[in-house]
Amino acid sequence: MKKVFAIVLAMAMVFALSATAFADGAFKIGSSGPLTGGAAIYGNAVMNAARIAIDEVNAEGGMQFEFQAQDDEADSGDKAINAYNTLLDWGMQVMIGTVTSGSGITVSAQAAEDRMFMLTPSGSSVDMIDGKDNVFQVCFTDPNQGVGSADYMAENFAGAKVAVIYRNDDAYSQGIRDTFVKEAEAKGVEVVYEGTFTNDTATDFSVQLTDAQAAGADMLFLPIYYQPASVILSQANQMGYAPTVFGVDGMDGILTLENFDTSLAEGVMLLTPFSADADDARTQAFVAEYQNRYGEVPNQFAADGYDAVYIVKAALEAAGCTPDMSFEDICEALVAVMPTITVDGITGQGMTWAASGEVSKAPMAVVIRDGAYVTP
Amino acid sequence: MKFLAYLVSGISLGSIYAIIALGYTMVYGIAKMMNFAHGDVIMVGGYISFIAANYWGLPTVVSIVIAMLVCTMLGIVIEGLAYRPLRSAPSLAVLITAIGVSYFLQNSALLIWGANPKAYTPVVSGTLRLFQGQLSISYVSMVTVAACIIIMIALTLFTSRTRMGKAMRACSEDKGAAQLMGINVNFTISLTFAIGSALAAVAGVLLCSFSPTLMPTTGSMPGIKAFTAAVFGGIGSIPGAFLGGILLGVIESLARGYISTQLSNSIVFAVLIIILLVRPAGLLGKNVQEKV
Amino acid sequence: MGPVNRKTLFKDSRSDLFTYLGVILAFIVITMLKNRGALNRSQSGLLVPICCYIVMAVSLNLTVGILGDLSLGHAGFMSVGAFTGIITSMSLIDIIPSAPIRLTIAIFVGAFFASIVGFLVGIPVLRLKGDYLAIVTLAFGEILKELITCLIVGFDSKGLHIIFNVSGSKTANDLNLLEGGRVIIKGAQGATGTKTIANFTAGFILVMITLVIVLNLIRSRHGRAIMAIRDNRIAAESVGIPLTKFKMIAFVTSTALAGAAGALFGLNYSNLAAAKFDFNTSILVLVFVVLGGLGNIWGSILATVVLYILPEALRGFASYRMLIYAIVLILVMLTTNNPVLKSLFSRWSFRGNKQESEGGSNG
Repeated sequence: MKKVFAIVLAMAMVFALSATAFADGAFKIGSSGPLTGGAAIYGNAVMNAARIAIDEVNAEGGMQFEFQAQDDEADSGDKAINAYNTLLDWGMQVMIGTVTSGSGITVSAQAAEDRMFMLTPSGSSVDMIDGKDNVFQVCFTDPNQGVGSADYMAENFAGAKVAVIYRNDDAYSQGIRDTFVKEAEAKGVEVVYEGTFTNDTATDFSVQLTDAQAAGADMLFLPIYYQPASVILSQANQMGYAPTVFGVDGMDGILTLENFDTSLAEGVMLLTPFSADADDARTQAFVAEYQNRYGEVPNQFAADGYDAVYIVKAALEAAGCTPDMSFEDICEALVAVMPTITVDGITGQGMTWAASGEVSKAPMAVVIRDGAYVTP
Repeated sequence: MKFLAYLVSGISLGSIYAIIALGYTMVYGIAKMMNFAHGDVIMVGGYISFIAANYWGLPTVVSIVIAMLVCTMLGIVIEGLAYRPLRSAPSLAVLITAIGVSYFLQNSALLIWGANPKAYTPVVSGTLRLFQGQLSISYVSMVTVAACIIIMIALTLFTSRTRMGKAMRACSEDKGAAQLMGINVNFTISLTFAIGSALAAVAGVLLCSFSPTLMPTTGSMPGIKAFTAAVFGGIGSIPGAFLGGILLGVIESLARGYISTQLSNSIVFAVLIIILLVRPAGLLGKNVQEKV
Repeated sequence: MGPVNRKTLFKDSRSDLFTYLGVILAFIVITMLKNRGALNRSQSGLLVPICCYIVMAVSLNLTVGILGDLSLGHAGFMSVGAFTGIITSMSLIDIIPSAPIRLTIAIFVGAFFASIVGFLVGIPVLRLKGDYLAIVTLAFGEILKELITCLIVGFDSKGLHIIFNVSGSKTANDLNLLEGGRVIIKGAQGATGTKTIANFTAGFILVMITLVIVLNLIRSRHGRAIMAIRDNRIAAESVGIPLTKFKMIAFVTSTALAGAAGALFGLNYSNLAAAKFDFNTSILVLVFVVLGGLGNIWGSILATVVLYILPEALRGFASYRMLIYAIVLILVMLTTNNPVLKSLFSRWSFRGNKQESEGGSNG
């Protein structure tokens, strides 16, 4: 029995050590996202970029931030809550998270109960903000993107036969597909084939592509992330199937995929709020710093993470919060000011928020030509 | 025509499963353990050939050879450090250790090569088009099927004709008796792991050519599928692994095409269950009668 | 297995008593700490999942350690319990406002459905042996996961609406719920918006019930028959023990408990996808069982607590933590199975651990 207690005690001590002293003139910003496992690309991009923004803000000398990132492995159950609880124990006052929608729905329900202000960089599911006044988004919600894509197709590709391939165990992909199909019907865009895949089957799309080709689709709508999209493009090319490919913001990053043959993405159209090639000074400074630190070109997740820090800063300033306030008080203050502020970021100029948590910014449609984004 | 297209993609997917399953089945046959880290050795093979080809600028063939060498070493080291000390331990202890090795390889890859996926350049490019372009067969598929058949024949010859192969079979029958006959059991097991891991490297290269994306988790699902394929054909049997792999790939592809993409894995597993109920030792496995 | 002598019988019941007392004591200490506010958020947040995983580990130990059949699909039964439990709780939310009563009903329903599925799965599975049995349980685990992935469930004043989404293109809108209806499970995305009603006390009670069921089963006539099957199937059959019946008793009990654990787990999180209950979760629980010692109930509990806390305690190592977890796992397996160290351990080991050497006759 003694042995057992010794182990339990040792564990308890490890825990106690991880909870350090309280804030000292700096706001404690916590973030959780997948840092290990299959979705680690997204978590790491957000955390890397958030660290750049935090360092920039701290270097200005005004408002000071402390930052901690925890790993939730993109899990929707216990891991997400464990990561969130660890951040709470650390003394988190504002949460920039979560990175993925799955864990976000779990954590946001808890955060709404605790009254913790939450700004998700990239959790785009409506379920994340639905019914919670304290959760706001930096990225578009899924329905926006579906409607936007269908409208764009109806305007520019009248008479196109569209095939949709989406990942139906992902709230993001499913959400965009749902609204896209509805809007496409309303606008007279013909959807001739719909194919699904799940995380377990995201390596082989030959069957879906064969069916899409057989259905006579000349346009392929891919409301998915760039990694499976790169596989689809490559396998379609091997099959000799060359439809016009249309993506959403998750497609951004495909050009930065290491060793990706960008000629496969020639002519791919996507709606994206961020372009690493944009020529404004801020984007260029961010991209240069990101490449300098991490050796790769930031994608849209990174850009969302970067903007999230500045949005929190703007909101804290507008609400006049100070680092000695409790997280509950900060939450109430921020919830009150979020609908009133306007922030210019690298994912959009003049971003504003509805009280529901939804962001309003204009997506731009770009087309890939010679390995770079071009406005069509 | 659609049916043929499904069949083609099923056979090429199945050939990859078959190559992985051959590695599984050899290791199982001799060490009587489920080597769950096998799938992750595939991933390492993919990364090594990627690095050799893209960072060092080596020709494709050389990069594959380097990947095979590195994986062979890795297989020998894993066996020596993690599995050999457990030779007399209960089989479950070895299973858990294999799972630990699997986690170790995945997380090492995450730390070394990062979480960002890498786009793999297929070893051969191009497509053969038949019937006015209605049916297309990529050269990658053809290379995969050819490689799979060559490997299967080579392994069969190796185990039945050479001294080392016979030593392997002897060890898989009875380790104690093999030792008494002057066979170095430890060396033979190391050799089996070496061959299995080299095959994993080849499978890694072909898997990444077929589905050109490379991540630390790339090997896990194909690993489980291939293990299923090995059991399907009768674990321990080389032609069984080949047959099991091809069948699994074809069933998966047809199920996805005609029934449901959602349930394709379930259908594969359901077929496996039915086969095992009819033939409890797999399609080509030997049903060993238990002696009292 | 020789004749049961009085001495081992006495030792068994004493180690059982220690197990019960240990768990009760742990509950009292933790509750006291909790009420005094000595536990921080992450610690108290771990309590319910730990209870769930303890029940999972103890019930899997019944299959793997006591019955001697390696199961790689235990998480599948947990998912059956989790989703039926969630559906039950969310459907009854207006009729039974009391959370504890609803939780109890949900756990019973979860256990009931998991035991039915366990029975159906057991019919083919228990005819197989060894690694073939293991792979078939793995297959069933994955099949259960995918079937649940296809479920879309909603509830309104007309009752329960269920769609089985084979094509993958149906959504919650196709349920055509009436005004005021709520969607409970959204297909592959899982259950969202679940009202969380699980708590540590419920977890503790479930652990105690599990212990009573499993320990009494093991020490009963049935339990001795089951262990006889494990130790020598042919000998057991020849003395007239009906193999299928006793194997089924152990297996169905094990799956029912997994379902109960699943229901508790499911009602602890507002969002839960079926993908959570994949092969990796089954393996995780198996690791608890093997590390705690096959057939050793007390060991399973301890291993679960330590191994569940370990990755959380390693958060300070940031991106290295899962790597360290893997290394710890390998080293623990190597040291506990090292012949030299093993003899040292057995000399020093305390009473509760004695059974460890008895298990491990699997494969």
